Amino acid sequence: MREYFDNELENLNNQLIEMGSFVEQAINNTVEMILNGRSDGIEKARENEERINAAEKNIQTHCLKLILHQAPVAQDLRSISAALKMITDLERIGDQAIDITEMSQYIGDKANIYSMTHIAEMATQASEMVTMAIDAFVKTDIELAKKVSKNDDIIDDLFNTVKNDTVDIILQDKELGMQAIDVVMIAKYLERIGDHAVNIAEWVAFSITGKREIE
Amino acid sequence: MDKFTIKNMNLYYGDFHALKNVELNMQEKRITAFIGPSGCGKSTLLKSLNRMNDLVEGCKITGDIKLNGEDIYGSMDVNILRKRVGMVFQKANPFPMSVYDNIAFGPRTHGIKNKRELDRIVEETLRDAAIWDELKDRLKKSALGLSGGQQQRLCIARALAVKPEVLLMDEATSALDPVSTGKIEELCLRLKDKYTIIMVTHNMQQALRISDKTAFFLLGEMIEYNDTDLIFSSPQDKRTEEYITGRFG
Repeated sequence: MREYFDNELENLNNQLIEMGSFVEQAINNTVEMILNGRSDGIEKARENEERINAAEKNIQTHCLKLILHQAPVAQDLRSISAALKMITDLERIGDQAIDITEMSQYIGDKANIYSMTHIAEMATQASEMVTMAIDAFVKTDIELAKKVSKNDDIIDDLFNTVKNDTVDIILQDKELGMQAIDVVMIAKYLERIGDHAVNIAEWVAFSITGKREIE
Repeated sequence: MDKFTIKNMNLYYGDFHALKNVELNMQEKRITAFIGPSGCGKSTLLKSLNRMNDLVEGCKITGDIKLNGEDIYGSMDVNILRKRVGMVFQKANPFPMSVYDNIAFGPRTHGIKNKRELDRIVEETLRDAAIWDELKDRLKKSALGLSGGQQQRLCIARALAVKPEVLLMDEATSALDPVSTGKIEELCLRLKDKYTIIMVTHNMQQALRISDKTAFFLLGEMIEYNDTDLIFSSPQDKRTEEYITGRFG
């Protein structure tokens, strides 16, 4: 009875999955840079950022068109408005991923001194949280959205670990201070990426239940 | 405060059970919208509120419908009820007489003969219905010469001329163009300061734009009744969701 509209909503889901995969790639790219210092990392990060920004614009246009043409109500309205909010968080994650990649350059061969495995773990967690949040939206799975929120605690704990380790390193060698600040900032960006993933999960919850809270 | 309270109301057209156990309280000076697919009973319920169904052969109503706490199917005079609860229909039905006489018809029926008093009522009512400026120079002309939208607003004014408490509107804009529809919606929003409005509409966006409360009906049952914003953003019943999102109906 509303085949066209349903197809359009499915297209919106696919666009979100695609944008989510660009964001995951952006985060994974930061891990590569942090652990291996790949020389083409920055270039890849910029390509990713462009794709993320373009996806955001396309989804925004699609959502506005659906609102204009279909005058959605109930879950349709909640899903489309949630998608509009989710892409803002996804785009911010893309920006933060490129910031992380740029900072990773300055750590260079001193990487082994810092808690880089913890940072890489933070990035992996963040990437998984984004994937889960998008999956939760597409599958209208509130339990998966709740899991995203819970996983944020893991990132927060890792952030505290990185912070404490970095303080210890500065106390041992003050000359590492500048790099140490970069390390903490990278960790902070990853912690913020976790928060954006939680925001996305909250919008997913809103699209499913009509309430933004995740219990 | 509740203007209408409906309790355990059932309506039968002969053997056909058209409304089933309806429970509904409608607030004073608010706009309540009835929505639902054709044949769900919404217009039947609306017509029960000023006993228009009395004219339908074989119609039987059980349960309570109270206006300000008073049973409208008890000792209340039907003419008094219809003065208190006015109605506007889908198709504008001006009387084949002048604009002035259309408005003065109701007050005259209720005993007002004084010309000056009738002049005052006609002007005040047409102003209330936001149509005075358009019609003040055509008061003596036939109402049948007005546009569809003007005729419908004249009918609203005619209903208001006897100072009702409630205005029932049965798809009152469904035959009108968007500009005329917009004028009537604006009018409803202004009128709710003074009147209780209960409307049947097939236009979901109209219900969203102007009503405070919405009741969804299906197969003679009232499925869900809530604040309009909630009905259209987070309906509690799956059937409401499916209807308003166009999955059936």
